[in-house]
Amino acid sequence: MLSAMILLPLAAALLVLRLEAAEARLVTLGTTLLLLVMGLWLWAGFDSSTAAFQFTERHEIFGGLFSWHLGIDGISLVLLLLSVFLMPLCILAGWESVKERVQEYLAAFLVMEALMIGVFAAMDILLFYLFFEAGLIPMYLIIGIWGGKRRIYASYKFFLYTLLGSVLMLLAILWMIREAGTTDIPALMAFDFPKSAQTWLWLAFFASFAVKMPMWPVHTWLPDAHVEAPTAGSMILAGVLLKMGGYGFVRFSLPMFPEASVELMWLVFALSMVAVVYTSLVALAQADMKKLIAYSSVAHMAFVTGGLFAFNPQGIEGAMVVMLSHGLVSAALFFCVGVIYDRLHTREIDRYGGLTTNMPRYAVFFMLFTMASIALPGTSGFVGEFLALLGMYSASSWLGVVMTTGIILGAAYMLWLYARVAFGELDKPDVAAMPDLRPREWAVMLPLAAGVLAIGVHPAPVMAPLKAPVAGLVARLERAEAPKTPVIRPQVAAVAAEGPAS
Amino acid sequence: MLEALVFLPLLGFLAAGIGNRAIGDFAAKLVTTGFLFVSALLAWVIFFRQWGGEGAYTVTLAEWFTSGTLSVSWALHVDMLVAVMLVVITTVSALVHLYSWAYMADDPSQPRFFAYLSLFTFAMLMLVTADSIVQMFFGWEGVGLASYLLIGFWYRKPSAWNAAIKAFVVNRVGDFGFSLGIFGLFLVFGTLDIGAILAAVPAHKGTTFDFLGSEVDALTTIAILLFIGAMGKSAQLGLHTWLPDAMEGPTPVSALIHAATMVTAGVFLVCRMSPLFEAAPAALALVTFVGAATALFAATVATTQHDIKRVIAYSTCSQLGYMFFAAGVGAYGAAMFHLFTHAFFKALLFLGAGSVIHAMHHEQDMRFYGGLRRHIPLTFAAMTIGTLAITGVFYTAGYYSKDGVLFAAYARSTEPALVAFSVGLFAAFLTSFYSWRLVFLTFFGEPRWAGSPHIAHAHAHDAHAEAGHGAHGHGADPTAGYHPHESPPSMLVPLVLLSAGALFAGLLFHQAFIGAGEAFWAGSLVHDPAFYAKLHEVPALVHWAPAIAMGLGLLLALRQYVLKPGAAEDFVRTLPTLHRFLYRKWYFDELYDWLFVRPAKRIGRLLWTGGDQGLIDRLGPDGLAGLVGAGAAVARRFQSGYLYFYAMMMLVGLAAAMTWLALKG
Repeated sequence: MLSAMILLPLAAALLVLRLEAAEARLVTLGTTLLLLVMGLWLWAGFDSSTAAFQFTERHEIFGGLFSWHLGIDGISLVLLLLSVFLMPLCILAGWESVKERVQEYLAAFLVMEALMIGVFAAMDILLFYLFFEAGLIPMYLIIGIWGGKRRIYASYKFFLYTLLGSVLMLLAILWMIREAGTTDIPALMAFDFPKSAQTWLWLAFFASFAVKMPMWPVHTWLPDAHVEAPTAGSMILAGVLLKMGGYGFVRFSLPMFPEASVELMWLVFALSMVAVVYTSLVALAQADMKKLIAYSSVAHMAFVTGGLFAFNPQGIEGAMVVMLSHGLVSAALFFCVGVIYDRLHTREIDRYGGLTTNMPRYAVFFMLFTMASIALPGTSGFVGEFLALLGMYSASSWLGVVMTTGIILGAAYMLWLYARVAFGELDKPDVAAMPDLRPREWAVMLPLAAGVLAIGVHPAPVMAPLKAPVAGLVARLERAEAPKTPVIRPQVAAVAAEGPAS
Repeated sequence: MLEALVFLPLLGFLAAGIGNRAIGDFAAKLVTTGFLFVSALLAWVIFFRQWGGEGAYTVTLAEWFTSGTLSVSWALHVDMLVAVMLVVITTVSALVHLYSWAYMADDPSQPRFFAYLSLFTFAMLMLVTADSIVQMFFGWEGVGLASYLLIGFWYRKPSAWNAAIKAFVVNRVGDFGFSLGIFGLFLVFGTLDIGAILAAVPAHKGTTFDFLGSEVDALTTIAILLFIGAMGKSAQLGLHTWLPDAMEGPTPVSALIHAATMVTAGVFLVCRMSPLFEAAPAALALVTFVGAATALFAATVATTQHDIKRVIAYSTCSQLGYMFFAAGVGAYGAAMFHLFTHAFFKALLFLGAGSVIHAMHHEQDMRFYGGLRRHIPLTFAAMTIGTLAITGVFYTAGYYSKDGVLFAAYARSTEPALVAFSVGLFAAFLTSFYSWRLVFLTFFGEPRWAGSPHIAHAHAHDAHAEAGHGAHGHGADPTAGYHPHESPPSMLVPLVLLSAGALFAGLLFHQAFIGAGEAFWAGSLVHDPAFYAKLHEVPALVHWAPAIAMGLGLLLALRQYVLKPGAAEDFVRTLPTLHRFLYRKWYFDELYDWLFVRPAKRIGRLLWTGGDQGLIDRLGPDGLAGLVGAGAAVARRFQSGYLYFYAMMMLVGLAAAMTWLALKG
């Protein structure tokens, strides 16, 4: 099944290149919808009671050096679902706005989908590396060919940052394979690497994942990439590609190098805290809608890193839900930008204003996603952020307090953005001429809105698969941690402790 | 029944909000208002059943989320405390829905307005019936959203949407504290179910935890953090700046959200968590202090404002201060009683003000009112009743509840309590002064509306306005030829009903709420009968003090605004600095703008241009390009080749890996 999910879009990509533009769109949409159905089928058949990898397949087609070994656990499942859910919406989002080289554009998206599924389903570390790095190539192409004016600079920046990380990660992977004698991910997750080596391995992986997240201060490629990318490119970049960094932490860094994770958690905490405050303030100063949302993504990803390294179930599950929620919400927000960009061809916030009057339906969706972005309870953003912050606060009150300031700053920049776009007098003639949502745009907005509300009110279906793998992860991390002093000290205990001294 | 009560407003919201085009204005109004009246009826049934001793119960609806040992459900909890809130919320909301039929009749987006009102009501009901503090936070943020939407209802006006953002963001500052309080609760109690937490409070007395590097008393810290949340929602000193600006919303909204219900959520929170606060005396002292300071601060500002709604807004702020210091001295019942009576008379005052504004074509400046009692006598009667109640004239609602609050502070006789008592007494004098000032400026004296731009504007539209005979042409006539009309019945009926509440709610309910028996509250909040017994034994001087303060305030207002016209202006000329200080609201807005708003934007810009572009990019990608060669040229050459280079590198890497592994094997 998983192999089919990777090969199907690749085959469709080849087919699409030979079709007329209109047919190509339909075939691509059909393929992505079929993949969505396959993803839902996986979900339906998934056994949430175990942390083991499921739907596994193994083919020795690489001469025994590494294998075509696929499978998913709960963590992979939810991110895989996110990918297949977003992809048809991305295809719809670019339905009319992309007019040049349509076939190649669609093929790039299909290839990207195959590689994304591959990343989340790979059970062999070299296979993972292959998908992980190759997945960025279609993204470069999408930015570089169908992007905006400064697309060259943006893709150059994207490339440089990524290069740095992947070289180090490849070296680390090779060292690990030699040390453990296997390329099998579950085996590596259970392998105890020597503590001295863990630190260096951890840092090498960190270089790669921190760039992908992105974490402060290696985040500066993201605003440029988003600004230049076409709408659908931004949606998939924010929606799925950023999650690969988080997935990397949870799949590799935490279970494979638990001691190093414990030792270096201060680094992650420090960078996360800086990121929330720093990027939120920077977002406040933006005049370009896409840049603003890009900076807010960096702040949200800091909730992910902070939550993952809290090493407790709330923190890690919260981080996973933040990833899922941000996948939906940021894709939706970038689509909201795309809808009005298609009409006015500018991303400058001050060129808009008063859209509630002529685009009331649009304003409602935009409001919903704005609220989800600032984690209003009842939306998916809240469940994730609340759990992640709870976990962080349990790990360290400093971390919890600093990260929680994000809820104030986040509200400030998002509401200000919304007000400048949708509120005010409708006094610009070209803005006033913009029509409300078209059926195709409804078709993108509605599923995203439904997802955001469903996870916000009843997240159990997507959280249930996470429980078992997260519990296993927490247990592994707890073994690595030094015996902790209890966080709260009941008075009784204090009295007892004083007892012998007196 | 409880489910119907809570979810009918949600259904109304969905019907009016999503189906508005399909069902039309009239149906949208009918559905929302009809559902609210049903909810109100159910609330009174529940209230009397609780009073009859039905006992607390919880209806679990569904699981919300679980993680590790944390489990949060959607559930509805009812006890006497909650039942009181249910009655207040649904009754005022139903009347405000009805009132809005006429008040909003000319507005083009009525379904949206009614949908927001119902959404607010639903969120408020979820807040008070919450069994888990997370669900309370859901309601807490939900009412914040509805408040934001309604303050910004006239979204074309920049002042409206600015006020809406301000309300949301200032509330988020409070929510920051609230969230940390919730995290602390989980850390200490291992659960977020309110019932379980309150039951476990005694076992955790004296527990300490680490907070920002220092070892502090856990319960005190948590109580203070939760109170910061309450301060935001209830506009207490420091986090009050959003409430006066919130008057940008339509007046029915001010009555419902920014007077009777949402702003009292903070008081409700403290009462709901009263066993926790009882175990944290330092936090209670803070509550007392902040409450008293707010009561005084807001009352001083209210004496100088010209905008009729702003006067009432500051009055609300001040009355909320009373409720908090009542809670702070441990008189939770008295706090809830004042909340209960305040809901009636403050909603009455706001809706009365709305009726005045309606009659005066949206003119809100009292300097352009005067002599209105002859034109809108019913509104005048209602406003007078509201004023009698808020100033605490004998046997009105405010008389029982405000005296209860003050006597409780006196009877507690700790230092903060005595400070609160004296401050509260002085604030009572100010309350009487500014309330009567409002009545005298509005309804007495000669008409002054000739100078009002709103009236001039409205009048210019009148069909009988003679050509070339503009507003200024009326110079000699102080009414500018304009004759205000009394409001239609759908606005007057709520005024009459609320008047009845403002007159009799105290008389009917004071025995139950602040009597010496604990049967009424039935354990839903901390109620010490021995303490309440002391309220009836205060010395005669204390007993009469509120009445004296009220009388003095009335006399002063009478002298300044009726008997000696011009006396108020003379006073302003004598003490211009004091007046300006009060008129500018103690300069809080200017201070915050200077301290937070402008620096945030400046720092943001600095980090962006200096940090991201100046430092990170210059040392990172841009610097690297410069290092390799002549900057741009390299980047250009790069762009055609780097992709292939990258793909090649990956293949080379993999090939190297395989070779290496093969050799090793």
